[in-house]
Amino acid sequence: MRLGLVIDLDTCVGCHACAVACKEWNTSGTTGALTDYQPYGAKPSGVWFNRIRHYEIGEYPYNKTVNFPMSCMHCENAECVTVCPTGASYKRAEDGIVLVDQNKCMGCNYCSWACPYGARELDRASGTMKKCTLCIDRIYDMEIPEEERQPACVLTCPAHARMFGDFDDPESPVSRAVRERGGYQLMPELNYNPSNHYLPPRVHAPIPTEGMRKKAAAKVKAWVNRVVER
Amino acid sequence: MHPALAVIFLTLFSGGGFGLMALVAVVNDFHIEGGLNPLQTLVAVLISLVFVTIGMLSSTAHLANPKNAWRAFTRWRTSWLAREGIFAVLFYPFAGLYLLWVYFTQAPADSVGLVLANLAGLIGLVTIFCQGMIYAVLRTIRQWNTPLVPANFYFMGLGIGATILAAERIVFGAPATAFVALAVALLVAAAVLKGIYYFWISRPGGPTIRTATGFNRLTVRILDQGHTFGTFLTEEFGHTLPAARARNVKLLMYLVAFVIPIAALAFALGTGSAAAALIAAAAVVVGIGIERWLFFVEAQHVVNLYHGRPSC
Ligand code: SF4
Ligand code: SF4
Ligand code: SF4
Repeated sequence: MRLGLVIDLDTCVGCHACAVACKEWNTSGTTGALTDYQPYGAKPSGVWFNRIRHYEIGEYPYNKTVNFPMSCMHCENAECVTVCPTGASYKRAEDGIVLVDQNKCMGCNYCSWACPYGARELDRASGTMKKCTLCIDRIYDMEIPEEERQPACVLTCPAHARMFGDFDDPESPVSRAVRERGGYQLMPELNYNPSNHYLPPRVHAPIPTEGMRKKAAAKVKAWVNRVVER
Repeated sequence: MHPALAVIFLTLFSGGGFGLMALVAVVNDFHIEGGLNPLQTLVAVLISLVFVTIGMLSSTAHLANPKNAWRAFTRWRTSWLAREGIFAVLFYPFAGLYLLWVYFTQAPADSVGLVLANLAGLIGLVTIFCQGMIYAVLRTIRQWNTPLVPANFYFMGLGIGATILAAERIVFGAPATAFVALAVALLVAAAVLKGIYYFWISRPGGPTIRTATGFNRLTVRILDQGHTFGTFLTEEFGHTLPAARARNVKLLMYLVAFVIPIAALAFALGTGSAAAALIAAAAVVVGIGIERWLFFVEAQHVVNLYHGRPSC
């Protein structure tokens, strides 16, 4: 098995709900707590397993906002594991999930240097490295209904922009999505072979905004706006 | 990268200490200018041990959870950091035994002494290699991912060692021409190699914000980093050095690490001035400390691409 996520950049609305759900679930999970520093202070900061960044791609008028969630990619060539001197970082043979044993980590930061995707963050309170667990304490939990055995971020996403599954199974929804939508890996030139894949935004014709004939209703609205403004 | 004082001290002092031990072994092997007498050997080995210990202590200071530090010896099969730790610790019994042997027998160059000295020196050199590889294996940091890094570490470590040894000879009033010549040769080689390194890393290359996001044929700009204040990632990896300032610091580094020590050693050799010899030794440590600071601050991790840098 090769478990991982597919992120749909076409539908992600950048609401940060997955990051919040991740933090909520995992702060009481196996690698919790996800410490906050100065949560109500002047410079709030803290540990997150999942961060969403926002980019503008292309040039006007063919530009577009792309919201970009990133968590651990559970790489096949996980150099973060190779470089760890204590054996705290490991990759599970059975499903490819990369984890940090909090009881072994000495907080040397070396693995975070080796991760290209910024997936690892040191918790200054515990002195240990923390990262996405692929919600290992949800996906194998036999106590919860089967349809809920998915990562917290996947379940919570209001835009269904996240999918969880097995990339080794060519007929799994994630494999099919990658195949059909041209899913890709980030920074392939570094050869980490990340499991997580990203689906590119679908190509749409730009919505014209200039030189359009105004409809009667729009004309009335524009006139009302002018009048009201005065 | 964040130029943490702990990692700067680790590579700076332990590199110098290992270089010094290796040179002590070579000098006594080949009886260079009569070799080191017992007292000179004791002082040199002691300085080497103190330097290595400063390095080791500051490396543990760098750990956020030092109670697990003993585990760092377990993954030597894959991790250069584990290998470095093992060889650094292995250095102590051999260097320590050599120290005791010379102290009690007053024979720094008999066969037992030489075996101990050479083993200690060899282990020291292997440790420098491991230290360089810790950085050189990281594909995430273009400025480190080059064989020039361990090569630089070698010449800098040996350069520090040779300068200290030459200074010691001059302070003791012993013949030091060959020692000064060795130090000057190593420092010049180190300076040239560092110049090659700076030339190498100044060429653009590596991943860009486009390959990082996968929009290979479009312009990509950051709109929002998604966090209000700094994160671990910005604190650890966000440091940069403006080009003009980097140039000035490099000039200062070349001055303090190479020009001043070479001039001071030459002057000390000519006049026998102990003060000039000590200035040379101090300058080379400070100067290569600046070089190490640059080494960290100039390293640009690819995660910065996700924070909006077009390239690293
Ligand atoms: S994304 Fe980073 S932390 Fe996760 S497996 Fe890959 S290299 Fe390791
Ligand atoms: S910070 Fe912890 S997990 Fe990371 S390399 Fe060091 S010991 Fe291993
Ligand atoms: S899989 Fe779980 S741990 Fe990983 S980002 Fe999603 S919610 Fe967080």
